[in-house]
Amino acid sequence: MTVRRRALALAAVSLGLLATIVCAQAQPKDVVLTNVSYDPTRELYRALNDAFAKEWQASTGQKVTIRSSHGGSGRQARAVIDGLEADVVTLALAGDIDAIARESKRLPENWQSRLPHNAAPYTSTIVFVVRKGNPKAIKDWPDLAKSGVSVVTPNPKTSGGARWNYLAAWAYELDRNPGDQAAARKLVEAIYKNVPVLDSGARGSTTTFAQRAVGDVLISWENEAFLILQEFGADKFDIVVPPFSILAEPPVALVDAVVDKRGTRKVAEAYLDFLFTPAAQKIIAKNFYRPSKPEAADPADLARFAKLKLVTVDQAFGGWKKAQAEHFADGAAFDQIYRPSGKAAR
Amino acid sequence: MNLAVARGWSPTLRRPSALPGFGITLGFAVSYLSLIVLLPLAVLVWRAGTLGLDGIWRVATTPRVLAALEVSFVIAALSAVVNAVFGTIVAWVLVRYEFPGKRLLDSAVDLPFALPTAVAGIALAALYAENGWIGALFAPWGIKIAFTPLGIFIALVFIGLPFVVRSVQPVLQDLDHEIEEASATLGASRRQTIVRVILPALTPAVLTGVALAFARAVGEYGSVIFIAGNMPFVSEIAPLLIVTKLEEFDYASASAIATIMLAIAFAVLLAINSIQAFSRRRFGDA
Repeated sequence: MTVRRRALALAAVSLGLLATIVCAQAQPKDVVLTNVSYDPTRELYRALNDAFAKEWQASTGQKVTIRSSHGGSGRQARAVIDGLEADVVTLALAGDIDAIARESKRLPENWQSRLPHNAAPYTSTIVFVVRKGNPKAIKDWPDLAKSGVSVVTPNPKTSGGARWNYLAAWAYELDRNPGDQAAARKLVEAIYKNVPVLDSGARGSTTTFAQRAVGDVLISWENEAFLILQEFGADKFDIVVPPFSILAEPPVALVDAVVDKRGTRKVAEAYLDFLFTPAAQKIIAKNFYRPSKPEAADPADLARFAKLKLVTVDQAFGGWKKAQAEHFADGAAFDQIYRPSGKAAR
Repeated sequence: MNLAVARGWSPTLRRPSALPGFGITLGFAVSYLSLIVLLPLAVLVWRAGTLGLDGIWRVATTPRVLAALEVSFVIAALSAVVNAVFGTIVAWVLVRYEFPGKRLLDSAVDLPFALPTAVAGIALAALYAENGWIGALFAPWGIKIAFTPLGIFIALVFIGLPFVVRSVQPVLQDLDHEIEEASATLGASRRQTIVRVILPALTPAVLTGVALAFARAVGEYGSVIFIAGNMPFVSEIAPLLIVTKLEEFDYASASAIATIMLAIAFAVLLAINSIQAFSRRRFGDA
């Protein structure tokens, strides 16, 4: 009977496939790591992965391939919670890795203390990108709240970068009027009143600002700002660094449950440790991220970073968990900016 | 039970038919629909159910959610109506006239189907932004299209068009010329022929197209977010709010909004189907 023959053939093929897979797994040589990361780190991790693979092969003889997945930080965290098998996560903010620890229990709650520098091998900050010549004379955060200035920033509910933007503005006002939360809220509300488009991610806002010509100023990651100048031309845009901003610490973490299941703990740990080595720090600075160990980086790369006063989320908001609950949770400070009138409140 | 039906055990459940295989095909249809459609929907409702009925109601009646639902359903309905009119005209042209490039035009109708919606959204946003080809034409009059509700409307018209055209086209093709000729010989004017003979015959097909276009438009996400501006209370669509809730790891609220959307959409589609059934009865099968 043809059906039986077909079934036999199918069985043979699947057996063959299975054998291939088993063989591939049995060979101890090659190993694949999955790094689930956020949006603007594509270029950075491409360079870091190559460097690590070379170093690992030289020291152990094992061939390692690192697959990087990029997307909005919140969305990536959700994918990991929903079962995406990430050996390591390198996200935009600690809050998203906290969420993975809380919702999926795949890594311990104290993940941030397992690596140096709060588990952040690189930092960045939030700066402004303006149109060439800075026609609206934007220098500092209060300039964004002026009427007639159109500000582009993504939605903090969906974008990790946007949360840093929002918190930077809030922290600025808190620094000027220590402890005055009401004043900070007023400034942030006034800024969001000037936002005509809330994109869902940082790259979306970059497109809206750079290609659709919407807005006078884009609030952006510092590394993304450098990339915009590189990509769209330094003759079209200027970077304005405010005198005060937030120290963004995008952290990295090992996903214990996944590495133990896949047997990749050793190489995954080495990969994360590698990010803090002088070689990696050099690459980090080259890719417009501020290295957490600047002494290892090329001074010419470091010279590109403007000096400004930086505050951390811990200093200004008492940690990510608190900031998340007070500002971005359902019905919290950010939601309160938008009221039914159709315009930002007050 | 399906077996019983298959052996013709319950003749009361169906009208006698000369075609064999009713039981087995019905059994297959029911299981298939359950597996592919009903099961996922059941999971959705079950997820929302963790909030309880009053919980769902509380989520659904917050001003932000109400505003988003209004934006989604009103603009989807408007776009479906516009597509009904212009889609029918397109179908008419494609069926009734011969002209060079007709095949090309005919295939172009399907493009909104084929294109990944995100690509469509980015293309539309580029076109209708103030520095885009079409957006620049309207900018001098102070009319903004991209990043306003008008942008959502345009995206929804774009993705809905093929549904109406492809529903109306075959019916129009099968419509006998003799009926129109008969109408003319009986003394009807051209207008009377269109209004009283052709349109009634087309109504069920147009309604099918409208229902499909509407259903698609309500759930559309990919193309809309790039052109909508996504401002709460102005141009935020309900599917975006669902995604936002998911990013907050608030699965229950996301499911609650989805369940509400499902209920409203189901009610609207049921209403359209009833009108359709009514017009079929009235004007005969088309």
